[in-house]
Amino acid sequence: MRRLAQCQALLAVVLASAAAMIPTSAPAQDRFAERAAMIETIKGHARSAPSAVEGQGIDPAVLKTMGKMPRHFFVPEEQRGAAYRDRPLPIGYGQTISQPFIVALMTDLINIGPGDSVLEIGTGSGYQAAVLSPLAAKVYSIEIIPELGERAAARLAELRFNNVEVKVDDGYYGWPAHAPFDGIVVTAAASHIPPPLVEQLAKGGRMVVPVGGPFATQFLMLVEKRMDGSITTRQLLPVSFVPLRGGGAR
Amino acid sequence: MRAGRLLPVGLISAATLAHEVLLIRLFSIIQWHHFAYMMISIALLGFGASGTFVALARRPLVERYPAAFAASAALFGITAIASFACAERVPFNALEIVWNPRQLGWLAAIYVLLILPFFFGATCIGLAFSRHPDQIGRVYAFDLVGAGVGALGTVGLLFLVFPSEALRFIAALGFAAAALAATGMARHRWFAAGSLGLAAAVITVWLPLSWMAPGPHMSQYKGLRMALEVPNARVVEERSSPLGLLTVVESPTVPFRYAPGLSLANTQEPSAQLAVFTDGDSITAITAYGGDPATVAYLGRTTAALPYRILERPRVLVLGAGGGEQVLLALRAGADAVDAVEVNPQMIDLARDRFADVVGGIFSRPNVHLHLAEARTFAATTGERYDLIQMPLLDSFGAAAAGVQSLHENYTYTVEAMRDYLAVLRPDGVVAITRWLRVPPRDILKLFATATVALEADGVAQPGRHLVLIRSWNTATLLAAKSPFTGEDVAAIRGFAAENFFDISWAPGISASDVNRYNQLDQEYLYQGALALLGPERAEFIERYKFDIAPATDNRPYFFDFFRWRALSELLTLRTQGGAAMLDWGYLILVTTLVQAATLSAVLILLPLWLRRRAPGGAVHRLRFGLYFLALGLAFLFIEIAFIQRFVLFLGHPLYAVAVVLAGFLAFAGFGSAVAARWMAAVGRGSPVRGIVLAVVVIAFLAASYLVALPSIFERLLALPDAAKIAITLLLIAPLAVFMGMPFPLGLGHVGARSDEFIPWAWGINGCASVLSAILATLLAMHIGFTGVVTIATILYLVAPALLAGLSDRYDHRGSGPDRNRSRVKPTA
Repeated sequence: MRRLAQCQALLAVVLASAAAMIPTSAPAQDRFAERAAMIETIKGHARSAPSAVEGQGIDPAVLKTMGKMPRHFFVPEEQRGAAYRDRPLPIGYGQTISQPFIVALMTDLINIGPGDSVLEIGTGSGYQAAVLSPLAAKVYSIEIIPELGERAAARLAELRFNNVEVKVDDGYYGWPAHAPFDGIVVTAAASHIPPPLVEQLAKGGRMVVPVGGPFATQFLMLVEKRMDGSITTRQLLPVSFVPLRGGGAR
Repeated sequence: MRAGRLLPVGLISAATLAHEVLLIRLFSIIQWHHFAYMMISIALLGFGASGTFVALARRPLVERYPAAFAASAALFGITAIASFACAERVPFNALEIVWNPRQLGWLAAIYVLLILPFFFGATCIGLAFSRHPDQIGRVYAFDLVGAGVGALGTVGLLFLVFPSEALRFIAALGFAAAALAATGMARHRWFAAGSLGLAAAVITVWLPLSWMAPGPHMSQYKGLRMALEVPNARVVEERSSPLGLLTVVESPTVPFRYAPGLSLANTQEPSAQLAVFTDGDSITAITAYGGDPATVAYLGRTTAALPYRILERPRVLVLGAGGGEQVLLALRAGADAVDAVEVNPQMIDLARDRFADVVGGIFSRPNVHLHLAEARTFAATTGERYDLIQMPLLDSFGAAAAGVQSLHENYTYTVEAMRDYLAVLRPDGVVAITRWLRVPPRDILKLFATATVALEADGVAQPGRHLVLIRSWNTATLLAAKSPFTGEDVAAIRGFAAENFFDISWAPGISASDVNRYNQLDQEYLYQGALALLGPERAEFIERYKFDIAPATDNRPYFFDFFRWRALSELLTLRTQGGAAMLDWGYLILVTTLVQAATLSAVLILLPLWLRRRAPGGAVHRLRFGLYFLALGLAFLFIEIAFIQRFVLFLGHPLYAVAVVLAGFLAFAGFGSAVAARWMAAVGRGSPVRGIVLAVVVIAFLAASYLVALPSIFERLLALPDAAKIAITLLLIAPLAVFMGMPFPLGLGHVGARSDEFIPWAWGINGCASVLSAILATLLAMHIGFTGVVTIATILYLVAPALLAGLSDRYDHRGSGPDRNRSRVKPTA
């Protein structure tokens, strides 16, 4: 019986995969319906992983922003058809634009308000910075690969995200001139959290770091600096998964 | 017949096997090892396809044997290079498979391309069998010995040249075989042989290496490619061996700052580093050191530094030296003496010699000794006693890096290994093992279970008092001590954890209120796991856990296999949310490869059977003949692979094990096949079936004896020098392999006597079975251990002759076959 279930699961994957192969051909400008569907998918994922969103669901303001954001402008030409799919996409140089759900989750987790200033390490396509832009007072973003950084800066300027500043630099040292930051998003992989970033996080501020490979986010690490300056971290799985069978049911 | 006529068979067989080994190496650089393995496994079905082809086109090809052989060998030479050059340019992205099914199309394209050289190489050998039905024993002997030489030769060649250069030699070898075969042509022989020989020479010296270089086509998601995207980063040194491609990168503008497990309380920037990538991934750092310990003080704030808090001036053994970071930590922490063990000689050369000035000559200090050895073997044979055995994130090297499929096993983290480590500790000594922390935890819990079982096996009544587990946000370090930790130790450990924001997940006397403070997990899985693993409900906990965390043993040394079928459907349902990241792809890819190979094999075997359904012999005959060669193909490789994996422990190096055991089996089986006819004549009284029966009885007896005796042989002889161990290995393999070489040619001669048409078909079945069994052997070993795999192989051998025996009788009664004399393989000189 269990074997049968496994076969069915595999079959489901194959069929779903086959369905995903049909290319979408919506015109570039008019993709409201795709965005709405994307937001519904994000909500669905969030509902099924309550611990990742701290039991609250994703902040409606984040969903509203993402519902308006033209994600297809941030992906390479050949990927535009897939821009609103529930998946990460390659953007060249070994980098990816994160899956919409992960972007929503990270934006939600740093919990920023309209007066806050945010630092992003790893601009990539510029999409995360664009999503942060309407939610924060100021967004500072640092990219290590010149081609990516310059392209993202031009794109963000063109789309008039005027409160976003991008520079090509080593993200390790943060951006001391504009510190402290109420929120920090580190999308660049690192073996450890750079001390200057911890230093530049405001008291009560939050930093989020996705951990995993380019196409597989394993968990999100949330770094919180308490008002007394002490640091705690939390590991949040983007899925609801209990490792013990029959124990701690959902 | 002169042996020279069969030399091309040996050459093409050597080239084909060398090509297989080389492709795994090349695709491990371009992609990742498990994908490389999958691609090459499927490509090997070219053997099966060639069986079909020769079965269908046998008559015209055999009539023009020298020309057909030469053409096929030349096509091998061409496609060895061309199909690889095309395949490496296919934009396949393994990481995207979960998200984008189009990647499967690219993967299929790679299969199709890579099948070609194996198809042409195997066609040559299949033709040789068909051309010399009365010389099958000798053809098979040339085939096997050639394969053995090819396997051993490539390993040697890869020490001398880069893989892309080695590819030229292999292609040239194909042309050399073609030239030699062409000398047997009836017309234009010297023209054909001359031009093919010239082609071989031209390929060797002229062909531009850039056509085949793997570097430019390496996946852009591998660490090396990403590192080189950073401004001013550049490759400063490159070394290649069968153990892996080592690339040293310097990044002056944006330093590497590689320091996993570093505390959030640390404020110091890591020192300048050179990064060493193995096969373009799995980084180890060569850290710049000018002699001032304060410059590397940050190393003291990693979880791996914990043991130094409770040990004074320890004598340290570092298992897995890499770039020397743990040696640096030991020196900074005031170690009395350091022995560091590294498995890759080129890594030693880089860290100790080439970049001696960068590391401040730490490896040349009088109290530091760098040993070229495999971790487990060194620990099991050293006469020295240590206060600390430090095992950093070691697994990226060694086995996995070698890129040969049978190397999935790992003898570093088994229960027996842990007991070996505990045995070389001084009374107050500690083993410290650091691993990445994965959520939900897998390796760490398996390690904890392993240490618990090992301590119990050593007679420790309360293993919990000998264990400590701490974690940062991305690493965890387990301490296993020979004597119970004292209250003073635990206080020091608590102090270390608190000042670095590390969590203690287990220590003697710890309670639920002490855990999950700084790096908060959803639940304190590690503490709960530790409690369960130390308590009476251990078995139930392991059973209920959705990942396989049962301790690995030497009989089932798959530490890194966490896969459980029952979690699959849940993880697949959750795959787009992160479930895919929790899947252990190695196992899944192995299963997928098996399914693909089985499907394709069925097509390759059933197709000719169906096409030739009116051929003489009857369906039952053909089915039983087919099953006979299937059983042989499976059994031969089951034993060969189980032995390779078992001998890793004895020979101390996965590469030695593959080279020595593989070459030994092939060469001695080749000898067995050459003398098979004599065996049949002398012992089987002229009956092939009787000869086979007696041979498999000897095989069964030897295999069973080895199962019982090998562990104690290994234990007693492990300390011998390498050369002696290699000689003993060959001596042990020889009798078994000689008899394993007999059933195939005897059976083929027997079957060929009824109808020549069966010969290529049997060759194809044997080829497919070999591919299937290579995959199946690993899968089975993961579940039932090597003992189980060898037992199954023995049963297959014992059953095989029964498949022929009945047919022989019925055939003899009917007496309606072709020339009776042909049923005997002629004795060979």
